[in-house]
Amino acid sequence: MSLRRFILKRLLLTVPILFGVSVITFALVHLTPGDPISQMVAENPNVSQAEEAQLRAQYGLDGTLWEQYATWIGNVLSGDFGDVYGSSQSVAGVLISRLPETIALGLFGWVFALVIAIPTGVYAAINKDKFGDTASRIIALSGISIPNFWLGLMLILVGALWLGWWDVGAPRTAVYHPEMLWFLILPGITVGTAAAASIMRVMRTSMAEELNKEYVVAARAKGLPERKIILKHVLRNSMISVVTLAAMLTASIVAGSVVVETVFNWPGLGRELVQAIHGHEINLIMAITLFTGFFIVLANLLADILYAVLDPRIRYD
Amino acid sequence: MSLLEVNDLTVKFYTEEGVVNAVDNLSFSIDRGEKFGVVGESGAGKSVTALSVMRLIESPGHIESGEVLFNGENLLEMSDEEIRSIRGNEIAMVFQDAQTALNPVYTVGEQISETIRHHLGYDETEAKERSIQLLDTVGIPDAESRFSDYPHEFSGGMQQRAIIAMALSCDPDLLICDEPTTALDVTIETKILQEIETLADEFDTAIQLITHDLGVVADVCDRVMVMYAGKPVEKAPVEELYYDPKHPYTVGLMSSIPRIGDERERLQTIPGTMPDLVDLPSGCSFHPRCPYAEESCTRSEPALVDPETGAVATDDDEHVAACLEYTGELTDGLGYEVTVRDSSDDAEVETVAGAKASSAVDTDVPDAGGDRRD
Repeated sequence: MSLRRFILKRLLLTVPILFGVSVITFALVHLTPGDPISQMVAENPNVSQAEEAQLRAQYGLDGTLWEQYATWIGNVLSGDFGDVYGSSQSVAGVLISRLPETIALGLFGWVFALVIAIPTGVYAAINKDKFGDTASRIIALSGISIPNFWLGLMLILVGALWLGWWDVGAPRTAVYHPEMLWFLILPGITVGTAAAASIMRVMRTSMAEELNKEYVVAARAKGLPERKIILKHVLRNSMISVVTLAAMLTASIVAGSVVVETVFNWPGLGRELVQAIHGHEINLIMAITLFTGFFIVLANLLADILYAVLDPRIRYD
Repeated sequence: MSLLEVNDLTVKFYTEEGVVNAVDNLSFSIDRGEKFGVVGESGAGKSVTALSVMRLIESPGHIESGEVLFNGENLLEMSDEEIRSIRGNEIAMVFQDAQTALNPVYTVGEQISETIRHHLGYDETEAKERSIQLLDTVGIPDAESRFSDYPHEFSGGMQQRAIIAMALSCDPDLLICDEPTTALDVTIETKILQEIETLADEFDTAIQLITHDLGVVADVCDRVMVMYAGKPVEKAPVEELYYDPKHPYTVGLMSSIPRIGDERERLQTIPGTMPDLVDLPSGCSFHPRCPYAEESCTRSEPALVDPETGAVATDDDEHVAACLEYTGELTDGLGYEVTVRDSSDDAEVETVAGAKASSAVDTDVPDAGGDRRD
């Protein structure tokens, strides 16, 4: 019961957060010099002053910043995210077609990070200060230090050019097709590597700490096999700090996908955002930012719920 | 044949500060159903002894030599598989701090029944039934609903009861209790000790009770071993230890027990602290703190002997002590006297010592500090 109320409370809390995000993004986008209309005018010198003013009015770009924001948020609240100036497509349409691509990439990167990080972290903690631990530390440090665009380019170089297993270009299959998994491998690894490295370090530290607790000795004194002690007793306790980090890393995976999608020519929201920024597509930038913010808030909410599942001492009432 | 027989056990910890001689050449035995006390200050090697018996010494600790015979079989030579089938099953342990010994993220019931499932092969429902029964036996009210509570929902005393239930879950032959009541308040302490005593009788379980509290030993134990700096200094049946303590360290421990109606203004204490186990004093480890120490104590290390005859202790000796007095190497003897007060049927130790004793008290108190284990 209390958990349901907690979730409801947290969901309501996303409203002011998203409002803040929208105000800040809106202000920043409008404070940068130039707007979509001046861009159009610059490309087409035949547009008269009167036509320019008319275009501004048509796209809601006249009036003060506050008036513009009020118009925009009013439209958004009624479900209208506006149009893309350059192509007259609706922003909602772009989001719907691009979002699954990005979610697929992000999820793959996330799962890749966890699948690599958790077993390696556990292994490193059990073999603390031995060769395996040191080796994993070096690999983790490299994983954190390597910039993802470089890693992406290297993977393309090796996977596509040398081995010829992948194409250099974008995937040529529908996003829900099973074959998509194959195309996801390279960009997914690129997105997930940094996260994998940091999760692994936290996993190792937190597990090593838990292994020193007395309940571990007590479990051994009960005669339980070591494997069961690690996987049942210690792992669950050490996952608590990993969950925190994994939730925070959602933001970095989202941010990383902007670069990675550009490198891999991945038809997702990240690549769309880069193009939108170039084209001063205010409506699109705003919509993508809001969605990103919503996902990050959602990931944190999920983490909070997971805490309560993992640790019965945490109660939300 | 004794249930447990520890022979010449030596355990060392290889720390950065040096090699810690946690347990040095220790021998003792516990008979079936017997209640055996191990007494000493922090750092005396009591817990290390207990963990060694279960072969739970972790790196940087290492069992150097000796044997631990349980029902005649050497636990130190068993495979990991074999020793695991004994832990929690035939030898179980009750920890000092129940709160930290329980895993906070699993229910108390689950932690008891997993042992039962593991060792006795019960299925989920049978294990649950037995766990509830055990919780009820150790005096937890409303055991059925308490089964699914988490450790943090239990009070300190109840947590310790749950730990005891867990330890008794597979009918062990030996129950090692490592300071089982130190973390509890005095009223609960008495109840828990009584509980342990009656349950041990009921389950016909031998007890190795580790404590720094001689009062607890007097209540529960049949026989006592007093440890100092990793070595046994005195072993005796409990009455003899109280009425006729033979080692100055035992005497020091006894005179530091507060008593109701005591007219002394200050509680007597043993001056100084346990020596650094990395760098033990020469001769008798206790000599820097011993009020009766003489020059010879700094040179030769006393062996455990029969205090009557001075002959090296054998398994048949009931009462043994490790002090040079009994091998005739002290010139001035031990200047204490034990008076037994009729009213409370309590023994009291008076140190009748002259100037010599008090001057010895002030000399050469070893450094406190350093990382120690008990």
